[in-house]
Amino acid sequence: MATQAQPMPQTPFLRRIFVGDEPMTVGLWGMVFFIFSELMFFSGLIAAYLALREDAVVWAPTNGGHVLGADFRPVFFTILLVLSSIPMQWAAMAIRQGKRRQLRWGLFLTLFLGVAFIINTGVEWATLDFGIGDGPYGATFYILTGFHGAHVIGGLIFIFTLWLRTYLGHFDAKRNTAVEAASMYWHFVDVVWILVFSLLFLA
Amino acid sequence: MATVAPTAPGYAGMRAVDVIIEWLSTTDHKKIGLLYIFTALGFALVGGAFSLVMRTELAQTGTIIGDETYNQLFTMHGSIMLFLFILPVAAGFMNYIVPLQIGAPDMAFPRMNALSYWMFAFGGIMMVSSFAFSGGSASAGWTSYPPVASNTGANAQPLGAGTDLWLVGVVILGAASTAGAINFLTTIFKLRAPGMTMFRLPLFTWTTLVTSFLVLLATPVLASALIMLFVDRNGAGGAFFDPTGQGGQVLLWQNLFWFYSHPAVYIMILPPMGVVSEIIPVFSRKPLFGYRSMVLAIVGIGLLGFIVWAHHMFTTGGVFLPFFMASTFLIAVPTGVKFFNWISTMFRGAVTLPTAMLFAIGFLMLFLIGGITGVFHAAVPVDFHLHDTYFVVSHLHYVLATGAAFGILAAVYFWFPKMIGRLLNEGLGKLHFWSAFIGANMLFWPQLMLGLDGMPRRINDYAANDGWELMNLISTVGAFIVAAGMIPFLFNILYSWKYGEEAGDDPWEANTLEWATSSPPPAHNFNRLIPVKSERPLFDHRMAESGTGAGGASDSQPAAPQDG
Repeated sequence: MATQAQPMPQTPFLRRIFVGDEPMTVGLWGMVFFIFSELMFFSGLIAAYLALREDAVVWAPTNGGHVLGADFRPVFFTILLVLSSIPMQWAAMAIRQGKRRQLRWGLFLTLFLGVAFIINTGVEWATLDFGIGDGPYGATFYILTGFHGAHVIGGLIFIFTLWLRTYLGHFDAKRNTAVEAASMYWHFVDVVWILVFSLLFLA
Repeated sequence: MATVAPTAPGYAGMRAVDVIIEWLSTTDHKKIGLLYIFTALGFALVGGAFSLVMRTELAQTGTIIGDETYNQLFTMHGSIMLFLFILPVAAGFMNYIVPLQIGAPDMAFPRMNALSYWMFAFGGIMMVSSFAFSGGSASAGWTSYPPVASNTGANAQPLGAGTDLWLVGVVILGAASTAGAINFLTTIFKLRAPGMTMFRLPLFTWTTLVTSFLVLLATPVLASALIMLFVDRNGAGGAFFDPTGQGGQVLLWQNLFWFYSHPAVYIMILPPMGVVSEIIPVFSRKPLFGYRSMVLAIVGIGLLGFIVWAHHMFTTGGVFLPFFMASTFLIAVPTGVKFFNWISTMFRGAVTLPTAMLFAIGFLMLFLIGGITGVFHAAVPVDFHLHDTYFVVSHLHYVLATGAAFGILAAVYFWFPKMIGRLLNEGLGKLHFWSAFIGANMLFWPQLMLGLDGMPRRINDYAANDGWELMNLISTVGAFIVAAGMIPFLFNILYSWKYGEEAGDDPWEANTLEWATSSPPPAHNFNRLIPVKSERPLFDHRMAESGTGAGGASDSQPAAPQDG
């Protein structure tokens, strides 16, 4: 090779950007971009909801308004999901200081609240008196709650995997990109639900 | 650095099955890149064969194949060429070249990279396999407009399982390209070699960056629309898109679809533009004219690409015409900047014309026609006359089939020596270029005239007294000339792979880092990395090595100004 060539500073450079000496490791950048793509996906669904609702002759075929009548279940499980962001953040902050036991508890509580949310969504689906074939109202309701639910389930699988990995001795104060990424994703899913909930149940 | 790696490094003592397993399980960006490129070329041959059948059908009045078959052919020709050829073949070159150009050992997420490739491969197989099902493949056009693509309401002849397979296939392909975009963005932002600042990135890497942003933000919207159409067909009874059913909106589909599919045009044309921006300086022996303006033009095209989608829907009466007309005209500005820079780069350069450069110049000429015919469509009154005629067909083929594809072929001739270690044969290459160039113009120029004369697209027959027979016949002859030109091309690849002239590390005396390693590169890409102090690190290195300083023997101009 050339006279002026320098050795490639591969090890320290790659270590720095992959492992976590920097606040934003490679994995976190990937998660940020992924969240942007997810945001656009939900934008498509929400745009469809707004467009169909705007031009609908008769919007809600069943109770004339929105789904939320005397039923407070959606409010209840919205509170559960919003609350679940707290233990998730608690867990991510714990592992930055190397506290794996606190991480484990944080992940467990997040899992518990997330599963409770999913069960409530299932019960809600089972009790509603309209289906996905009931016009734009039903179709948009089920596609929004369904895709949000699918994202919650994906997040739960992610967090469950992390929870198992804590028992394998994974994660410490430096190697915690996956926990940080899960935390970002979970907060995102939470924020999307607040949007979807506001559109479907309040607006 | 002087030694040339053999064509198949290290495979001598391995069993064939182990070699196959290595390729199927690889996470090396170079192997994945080659897998992308060759899979996409395979799909392109299928899509090209469909177009020959269609041109044969249109050469004369009267029908050879039925209406339904013709619908399936043009639908799958468009879908294959866009989703299974141009997008993935560009992804293949991006995979192979971008980590090398920025001095990285691999992509940021190598396993996700492999996942992208396999999702593309299986999504493609799913889409093409729809021919095997009753009712045949999707046949609603590549735009899949409801209510044609619906199976509800007043649609008397609902399309079969092929449409569903098409929808699911495109969702999977979209997931593949979104994952790829995340990978490219992270790679370019985080894995650049020391000294490789954003304004020293090679132009091909810049186009990859902007393309990846477009993919990242536009593709999920298409995915949401495809899923809603799928649900529409399988349970929701047309609630989303079929107004004859339960109050869906056809325009909603068109808005969501074109919100992706117009940026998709730039997703398809920007990487070939990047290829051309790499090739022209090398074979003009000059630095690229206006590097920064080129970068800003790429970014400008990317930004404008998001606010022009409704110019595909002028005739629907459902969009705000002046805004979309004006914003579409604006796109001509950054494109004009790029043309100015390309031509200024060649101006007074020591231009040589190997096949790669011929294809790059061919790209300039033919894409120019595609671009200018695009401005015709942007003018609303003209578009009212031209909408859904062969003028549109010709325009989009000048942009994609001659523009994007010529850029990709230029990339093949330019980077084949790096990928395989041997040069492609120049004689066969020039035969390929001239047959493609002459054939493509014979193929598409008559279609412009047919379109002005009112011949609608997506028909398989026309009346004898329409006066369209001669032009259609010329067009068909052109198609077969292009197809014949593929024979020396494919033979060239197979022949040169084994018997081509050995390329060495840097056969073109190029400027960028991918030429500063062996051909083909080792698994970890670089043994040693040369310092990066401008956007032409290898040029600086050659000058320093030969002791002549800037403005040396082989280049007619001094090095580009150093970047802060």
